[in-house]
Amino acid sequence: MSRGEPLYADVIPAGEPWIHEIARGQIFRIVDLYGNQAVDTLFYNAHDYADRFSAQDTIRAQRNLYLTKGTKLMSTGGNVLLTIVDDTCGRHDTLGGACANESNMVRYAIEKRHMHACRSSFLKAVTEWDHGMTKRDITCNINFFMNVPVTPEGKLTFEDGISEPGKYVEMRAEMDVLALISNCPQLNNPCNAYNPTPVQVLIWNP
Amino acid sequence: MDPSVLWEETVQPAASWSHVLKRGTVLRLVDMEGGANVGALLYNFECPVERYNMPDTLKAQHIARLTRGFVLYSDMGRILCSIVADTAGWHDPLGGCSNAAMVREQYGEGTYQQLRNDYYRNGHDSFLVELGKWGLGPRDLVPNVNFFSRVDVASDGAMTYHAGNSRGGDYVELRAEMNVLVVLNTCPHPLDPSGQYRPKPVLCSIRRSAPVTADDPCRLSRPENERGFMLTERYFL
Repeated sequence: MSRGEPLYADVIPAGEPWIHEIARGQIFRIVDLYGNQAVDTLFYNAHDYADRFSAQDTIRAQRNLYLTKGTKLMSTGGNVLLTIVDDTCGRHDTLGGACANESNMVRYAIEKRHMHACRSSFLKAVTEWDHGMTKRDITCNINFFMNVPVTPEGKLTFEDGISEPGKYVEMRAEMDVLALISNCPQLNNPCNAYNPTPVQVLIWNP
Repeated sequence: MDPSVLWEETVQPAASWSHVLKRGTVLRLVDMEGGANVGALLYNFECPVERYNMPDTLKAQHIARLTRGFVLYSDMGRILCSIVADTAGWHDPLGGCSNAAMVREQYGEGTYQQLRNDYYRNGHDSFLVELGKWGLGPRDLVPNVNFFSRVDVASDGAMTYHAGNSRGGDYVELRAEMNVLVVLNTCPHPLDPSGQYRPKPVLCSIRRSAPVTADDPCRLSRPENERGFMLTERYFL
């Protein structure tokens, strides 16, 4: 939907982190500008970073693995951080986590250690944010625009993306939150056609 | 008691337990009555900011369930524990733990004042208390495993608790590949729809394990795991 002039708009190039506070009531939109880009995202209670996004609490609360319109993003403390209020993509993942130098070594090859990875971006961002956050605060994230289905036999599969250029997801902050994004630099995975691309972030006042 | 067992202990229903499981030992969890749930978190005891990572465990092995032959990865590319035996066949890595509000809503009020040690405990608070004993806290709370429980996932993503997954006597064995702080509790699974608060006891028994061989089934189950074992061995060199 059209919301008029945003309070804030920025483009995050692939491989870059982004950290920003979003006030209660504000609308936060992420736009997949070029299609099938993984946007690795964590949220924190802006007044208590120990109370943060919980993948398990979120999927259990709605009794469904996939995030879409209506999903309440739950915190470890049992609070609603944000609600997804619009979603033109239709499905987002929270089981696949973020890539890391170390997990790339396990998943692909030992010599992949040097390749840029999301958890390095997360660490850089929280260090520069300089509010006492460390690796302890990097937990299991959302992958906006990623499709990671689970089969009835208990297999995890990585399917072709269902996103397209211009698809977006929009959330309403239910409390003051801190958003942390790594726009994924992964070059070893077909989920983004081996081509990481920029995404847009927008914030509107209520 | 099996003479190879170093020691064993019953974890009472809805109780907490923790132990530093040394590299080269095996923890057997036994569902004594059937229908138990063991919520568990694992940390590298020497550096607890290295901890069990649900996504890395699932995506390295392309799984959404845990059983024999699979391993539990840390967020640092290393293997904390391997599942070397399992008679239940399915353990849940998805459902998470209950919290105080959920338990109150599902089972009603169950305070210590009324019920003494049968009071209604929940997974979230139990983890925090046990983690606190090791100097850890809310920032160390990450997605947990639920041993003996199963959650079915439909093609549309709907999650349903699968009753009767584990029977009395079923067991699962975790071989420590590092020195692993194991923090667990026997609170009911958060998606167990039972209207009555009926947690179950679990027997923890520890024995020494044989060295991991080149043809170890957990090592060979995935090429990723071969690399995971290699990275874990390098940590101890």
